[in-house]
Amino acid sequence: MGRVFRFDQDVDTDQIIASQYLLYPTIDEMKVHTFESLNGDFAKEVRPGDFVVASDNFGCGSSREQAASVLKALGVKAVFARSFARIFYRNAINIGLPAIVCRDLYDHVREGDQISFDLEGGKVFANGQEYACTALPVHLQKILNQGGLIASLDKEDA
Amino acid sequence: MGATLIEKLIRHRTGNESAKAGDIVTVRADRVMVHDIFIPFVKDKFEEMGFQKIWDPEKMVLIYDHLVPASQVDDTRHFRIGDEFAERYGLTHVHRSDGVCHQLMTEKGYVKPGDIVFGTDSHTTTYGCVGAFSTGIGYTEMASVLGTGKLWLRVPETIRVNINGTLPKNVQSKDVILRILGDLKSDGATYKSLEFAGDTVERMSVASRMTMSNMAVECGAKCGLFAPDEKTAAYCGITLDDFQQSLYGDDDAVYEKVLDYRAEDFVPVMACPSQVDKIRPISDLVGTKIDQVFIGSCTNGRLEDLAAAASVLKGQKVAPFVKLIVTPASKQIYQDAMKAGYVETLMEAGAMITHPGCGLCCGRAGGILTDDEVVVATNNRNFLGRMGTSKVQIYLASPLAAASCAVAGEIVEPC
Repeated sequence: MGRVFRFDQDVDTDQIIASQYLLYPTIDEMKVHTFESLNGDFAKEVRPGDFVVASDNFGCGSSREQAASVLKALGVKAVFARSFARIFYRNAINIGLPAIVCRDLYDHVREGDQISFDLEGGKVFANGQEYACTALPVHLQKILNQGGLIASLDKEDA
Repeated sequence: MGATLIEKLIRHRTGNESAKAGDIVTVRADRVMVHDIFIPFVKDKFEEMGFQKIWDPEKMVLIYDHLVPASQVDDTRHFRIGDEFAERYGLTHVHRSDGVCHQLMTEKGYVKPGDIVFGTDSHTTTYGCVGAFSTGIGYTEMASVLGTGKLWLRVPETIRVNINGTLPKNVQSKDVILRILGDLKSDGATYKSLEFAGDTVERMSVASRMTMSNMAVECGAKCGLFAPDEKTAAYCGITLDDFQQSLYGDDDAVYEKVLDYRAEDFVPVMACPSQVDKIRPISDLVGTKIDQVFIGSCTNGRLEDLAAAASVLKGQKVAPFVKLIVTPASKQIYQDAMKAGYVETLMEAGAMITHPGCGLCCGRAGGILTDDEVVVATNNRNFLGRMGTSKVQIYLASPLAAASCAVAGEIVEPC
């Protein structure tokens, strides 16, 4: 089980992690500023195993992979959205952060709700209901299962 | 059955003559671009992956632009790491102060029609202006491309945008793409290819097309393509070969959606704070007081943009208390604008001319703003906090409109 942090549509990468923090040498120094302009307490309150739930077009804007990396570094277990922007989606999978399209979840959860997630089965459980997620394309599922692109490349070499 | 532009490009480049929208293919990169802000991360991932060499060092271009000139002492760390990386892996194409990456990639001839190009910046879609497939990727994926030369991608569905007729005199290609973004909305083309066609875009300069390809990503598009033509060939200094000449969307191809516009229907518009798809006709915004105007960036910092601004500002003065900041997109453009007299005209009107780079557009330097200030800007994003604090009001506009506002001290329609 993990708690829900809920965000609206068109959350852009500047809102996830603003440009001025991208120059910090490590993700750990950056992550305390995650979602700063939308929810100043997010980085303090989020715990490993929690979830981000958003409406359409999550992660639009720049190509900054740090937007996915800070969420992973804070222990976010998965991001559920009605839809994702293209580059964020690839980046998330490549670093091993499940970015899961779930059309119905956003409308049926509130901030702070406890939910659980079955990655293999593609299901989310919230408030006594089960919500089906869109399956990842096979290629992406493989990368995610192997723990991201780096692990996946290692396997190809082996 | 015909094919879309992107299907033709991918078929030719993969040898898979049946590749179509929805298929997953692996492509070889003709060129890759990494910029200063992400080079330390690319380097770390590249080495973590265990690569010893870049698959083809000649194909990588390293560009310092977001942090040039440095505004924080820590910025210089990125230059040091970039320089070391360039030396260790034998890079030959390194630009340390020549301009904004996307301008340089086309201007310096790194990208040709039909090429496949990846960059660490989301506005890598820009090279669609010459009929290249180009798109942004993250730094882990870039590190993988540097080692292997390859990347998988899903052949995108195409949204075709036809524009025919003559644009009104006070409308520029910026107004055209803003209107399209307003109609498609910020996720209206996610994962898709935008293909621009029609006699209006055929008459546009490559520079004007560049503005539209640049902003294709603002509705989520993977690329924003124009069919290469005589103008493209002249711009690239080449003669189009058979493959390049075949790069246009067939009328009987499968399009996910076709948008038809009459050029005469376009009006000057702005993207209002703080969404790129929040488009309003300027006539609805007239009278809004402004504090600053920015003309520059990879979207609208080219010679024709500076010429448009100079035509408005000739013999005029920037309104009292308004700051006009002009940033040519490259050193070459800066020099050409000096020779053409535009720089003198702009300076006499009261403009500050800054060194080519991304500074203000990405909110790092060169005129950042504070709470409740209003800026009319020609760049591509008006996100919350993009050019200073999260209470800055950013309106995106064409160079003609921006220059007109600078004189008036408030939002006005360009003549």
